[in-house]
Amino acid sequence: MSRRLEVDVAIIGGGLVGSSAALALRGMGFSVALLDKGFCGAQASGVNYGGVRRQGRPIEQLPLSQRAHAVWPRLKALIGIDGEFLRSGHLKLARNEADMAALETYAATIAEQGLDLELIGHNGLRERFGWIGDGVVGASFCPGDGHANPRLVSTGFAAAARRAGVEVLENTPVEGVTRDGDRFALDAAGNLTLRSRFVINSAGAWAGPFAESFGEPVPLSRIYPSMVVTEPMAPVMSVNIGMTGRGIYARQVERGNVVVGGERALPLGDVDLSRPRGEGALSIMNRAAALFPGLRHAQAIRFWSGTEGAMPDENPVIGPSRTTPGLLHAFGFTGAGFQIAPGVGEVLAELVRDGETETPIEAFSIGRFKEISARTDAGSGAGQNQEPHQPGEIRP
Amino acid sequence: MNGQSTSERQQPLIVGAGPAGIRAAQALVKAGLRPLVVDESPACGGQIYRQRLVPDGRSSRDLYGSEAQKAEALHRDFAALDGRLDYWPQALLWNLRDGRADIMVEGTSRQVAYDGLVLATGATDRILPIPGWTLPGVFTLGGAQIALKSQGCAIGSRIVFLGSGPLLYLVAWQYMKAGAKVAAVLDTAPFSAKFNLLRGLPLFPSIVLRGMRMTAELKLGGVALHYGVGDVRIEGTEKVGAIAWRQDGLEHRLACDGVGYGLALRSETQLADLAGCSFAFNQRDRALLPERDAAGRTSVAGVYLAGDGAGITGADAAERAGERSALALLQDRGLPHDASRAATLEADLARIGRFRDVLEAAFPFPAHWVRDIADTTTLCRCEEIKAGEVRAAIGQFGVHELNRLKAVSRIGMGRCQGRICGAGAAELLAHETNRNIEAVGRLRSQAPIKPVPLTLALAAQPEAAE
Ligand SMILES: Cc1cc2nc3c(=O)[nH]c(=O)nc-3n(C[C@H](O)[C@H](O)[C@H](O)COP(=O)(O)OP(=O)(O)OC[C@H]3O[C@@H](n4cnc5c(N)ncnc54)[C@H](O)[C@@H]3O)c2cc1C
Repeated sequence: MSRRLEVDVAIIGGGLVGSSAALALRGMGFSVALLDKGFCGAQASGVNYGGVRRQGRPIEQLPLSQRAHAVWPRLKALIGIDGEFLRSGHLKLARNEADMAALETYAATIAEQGLDLELIGHNGLRERFGWIGDGVVGASFCPGDGHANPRLVSTGFAAAARRAGVEVLENTPVEGVTRDGDRFALDAAGNLTLRSRFVINSAGAWAGPFAESFGEPVPLSRIYPSMVVTEPMAPVMSVNIGMTGRGIYARQVERGNVVVGGERALPLGDVDLSRPRGEGALSIMNRAAALFPGLRHAQAIRFWSGTEGAMPDENPVIGPSRTTPGLLHAFGFTGAGFQIAPGVGEVLAELVRDGETETPIEAFSIGRFKEISARTDAGSGAGQNQEPHQPGEIRP
Repeated sequence: MNGQSTSERQQPLIVGAGPAGIRAAQALVKAGLRPLVVDESPACGGQIYRQRLVPDGRSSRDLYGSEAQKAEALHRDFAALDGRLDYWPQALLWNLRDGRADIMVEGTSRQVAYDGLVLATGATDRILPIPGWTLPGVFTLGGAQIALKSQGCAIGSRIVFLGSGPLLYLVAWQYMKAGAKVAAVLDTAPFSAKFNLLRGLPLFPSIVLRGMRMTAELKLGGVALHYGVGDVRIEGTEKVGAIAWRQDGLEHRLACDGVGYGLALRSETQLADLAGCSFAFNQRDRALLPERDAAGRTSVAGVYLAGDGAGITGADAAERAGERSALALLQDRGLPHDASRAATLEADLARIGRFRDVLEAAFPFPAHWVRDIADTTTLCRCEEIKAGEVRAAIGQFGVHELNRLKAVSRIGMGRCQGRICGAGAAELLAHETNRNIEAVGRLRSQAPIKPVPLTLALAAQPEAAE
């Protein structure tokens, strides 16, 4: 069955970035198609750790992160559910003086950005967060940060977009995009021919070939953060925990389960899929039990991992294509896109509507890779885990 | 012996020391290999030939009834392999990947490299949620049987057995023989379904006759047998107090303090999933199951399936499938194997397969029950999620695939990872979205396949199977 569809904006990838952009665009009155090769929110956006944190981000991300920060408490109004968003605060721990010094430097550097970081010494930590065990010298606390349930938030954005009138096409991989006069033509599975004035490339870890097909190769690689979740426990930890260095991150969800991350999983034969390594998971578990005495008798009930796009400079690619008018990129969030995504969606919608945005995003320009693109395969580490580019699959 | 030398030795790994695993081990040992057998239980035998925890004066005949000889033969044959294989009882294989397994044994986790993997992981009960199924005093049929066999205790003093499948009558009969008061057997299928058993007579007369004899003995023993029961509710506040059902349009109610409930079995497929095996829909089991050929080969080279873990066929089939898969392993390694024995086993398995079709018709799964699952009935007991919440999530998020349903509703996210609620959740999702059961997919497995302590330590040196 072949089908034709004509919209203002076609969005490739129904992660949190794509679906929040879809919802924002719909709110501005555009007609939108949101396409995903699988289910919306089933990739990184739906399987991440759930940290909603500004603290620790590179300074150039903070304005955008602040913008997203304003969206999180409005989820209920925006998508109909609160996504279990909890403004619990984010506490970043230091194991030694060097870590503490790094936290202090960071706090000083971003002092103007409105995060209201509070540096806490050993005694203060004892008093306020007595459930943290020994071996921590201090911490930096960001009271406005928190955590949420990625499974609900990302799926909720896509569901809200659908209710708002976005044409949500799941299990519909985009197989090729071409610029055709003043429009784009997308080839999608199921004999779908889609034409649009704008295309947003928010295909997460799979976004590279689309950029490349428009003459913009990027050193996008893949990472697979590894997660462990415990059985439900009585309340143990009140804040979202982060750590400097080779640490862990941990949060306790409403239901009582504690989610802990900190290692990397390995891809399976199909590099879209990954699985935590047994030793890696044990190491996360042991570190969590050592750091939080309240978890010493807990059982781990499940591990998981997900596929995320990563950039060598740890900043995403966000903004207009340098080669193709009407094409916008937004991918490569490097393990930290969950918090920022609702802000990215708004920014993308403004770029479509106005051709510009007041939120500074120059640092994320795809143009920054012009020089290095020539050596992508050799030195950037991008080649190894990257999805093999199949000739003919993406037609420039 | 350290890890290095083990990997060089390339030991086949057998998971499960039930009928399938034991026969697989025996065949590999006979061919001169030295497999490692791991099993969670303290003793071999699997679910069906489970041994008592401590000698308690009961004979094999008491424990296994007409199957006592088979049980004894398996226990004896496995014991005879001592010294020629490695056997880790009380060992949980909790993760698997690329020829390496993580096994929790004696309080630590060991990494074992294997070459050749026979999964003989068996099955657990299949259930659909009914009101009261989570009350203390309600057991699955398998659970009721385990209590009896390994601990020698009954699940109540006035017990009702409810459900479908041959196990329903077997467990009721075993309880009666053990001296327990069985108040009734409630069969979800109409009596007429049992006429299908006549088709099974030419295939396995002894089994059909044994079943008939058990039914007759139950009746003689004063056990009420009810057929075509529906709308079942288990009542009680702190624990089971009664069971109520509807039959031919009439309401019935019976006081009891124990209920054994099960709707046949479901395969334990988590390890096959972690091993990367491809799955396909199996109509007879109403489930997506790992694919295997007649010899037990999966889609992954070197990984074999035997017994109920790949599809419900029962203990006799499991013994044969275990041996058959071992012969396939030998053949695939270029070792001598008995081809005519393999052919005999396959022919036997095919015949048992035809018999399972008969049993399925005689003990049909009451899929229509899903219509009546009340919103207030607990669907996922680990996460305490009611059917109504699941229905709401299906509507709110517009999901029609089981893993998506898991993501938005938490079903299958708890300690059992959907082994208990998965079948019911799939039925509910299929029904709510007007799809066939095969279209909603299956819950993907994740390690650890069962809970492990957060403090579980990795054994200092990846240890050898010794
Ligand atoms: C395990 C894990 C833990 C993480 N923890 C955190 C955290 O705590 N905090 C935080 O801020 N961030 C975290 N992240 C990062 C965060 O999840 C991501 O940065 C963010 O979700 C990226 O969103 P996205 O929309 O770009 O990508 P995705 O959610 O991956 O969406 C991309 C979508 O594109 C679709 N797609 C790809 N190719 C095609 C095609 N050809 N046609 C159609 N569709 C296609 C995919 O199916 C996918 O749904 C974590 C990531 C992982 C994996």
